[in-house]
Amino acid sequence: MTRAFYWLLPHPFLTLLLAVVWILLQNEFSAGMAVFGLILGVIIPWGTSIWWPDTPKGFRVGKMASYIVMVMWDIIVANIQVAWIVLTVPNAKLKPAWIVVPLELVQPEAITVLAGTITLTPGTVSADLSDEGHSLLVHVLHTDDPEAERELIKTRYEARLKEIFS
Amino acid sequence: MSVEIVTSYATALCLFIGSIFILVGAIGLLKFNDPMTRLHAPTKVGTIGIGMLLLASILHSYSLGDSSMHELLIMAFLFVTAPISANFIAKVSIHRRACETPPVPPRDDTWSTLSTPEEDKIIPDMPDTKPNKA
Repeated sequence: MTRAFYWLLPHPFLTLLLAVVWILLQNEFSAGMAVFGLILGVIIPWGTSIWWPDTPKGFRVGKMASYIVMVMWDIIVANIQVAWIVLTVPNAKLKPAWIVVPLELVQPEAITVLAGTITLTPGTVSADLSDEGHSLLVHVLHTDDPEAERELIKTRYEARLKEIFS
Repeated sequence: MSVEIVTSYATALCLFIGSIFILVGAIGLLKFNDPMTRLHAPTKVGTIGIGMLLLASILHSYSLGDSSMHELLIMAFLFVTAPISANFIAKVSIHRRACETPPVPPRDDTWSTLSTPEEDKIIPDMPDTKPNKA
């Protein structure tokens, strides 16, 4: 039964996401559009599943939703901080730094989400991954304490992502 | 005050805040003087600046009577694609040594941008180091 389910729907959440995106694209809700969205949501993951063999199995939607809300808030706060840095700190006093974040996440999807989060919160850009995927290279715009930045990324984002993709 | 007046004020406020952040992003792009710090400016513009402009658009279309949800999609696609382009630019500047060389990763050999296959490691000034092909 589960095998049949995963054969038909290799990525169940992707199916749902595609249906929602389709309905949003239509800009009005009708039953026919919802059904067509669901059909697309079945066909597209099914057709592309050959190139995407590993389904992340334990994905917690509720925790992901609260994570997204938290990241939104962080983006707003960090935007104001970085705008202040841009306007007030002269170039000579700017202290950019590379920080290396050792990763405990192993799933590629989880690492992608972490790297995206780091780039979206202003002040940090994720630049590169080490050749075997055990650490993430992050560039910080202005910091006095690179250790604290690394701890913040590890405790605030990575720990939560480990729970989401467990 | 009627609802229309409130929404039009809210729209104007959102446009104002969004424009300020985009202006700050542009100032940052001009002011900083190496590629990696400059990269921080567009990530600001892409998030809160565009977000506020799109929120203004949602509010305006709501006040006109045909509410539109396309803006949420624009937001979602921007949030998915912006980190990838930033990542590409960062990789290019690491690769061309346009910035400070990053520290060596603790558990692996090198960063994936800098890792070169053995047979491609040719130092141009020293022809002896060319690997011999059997």
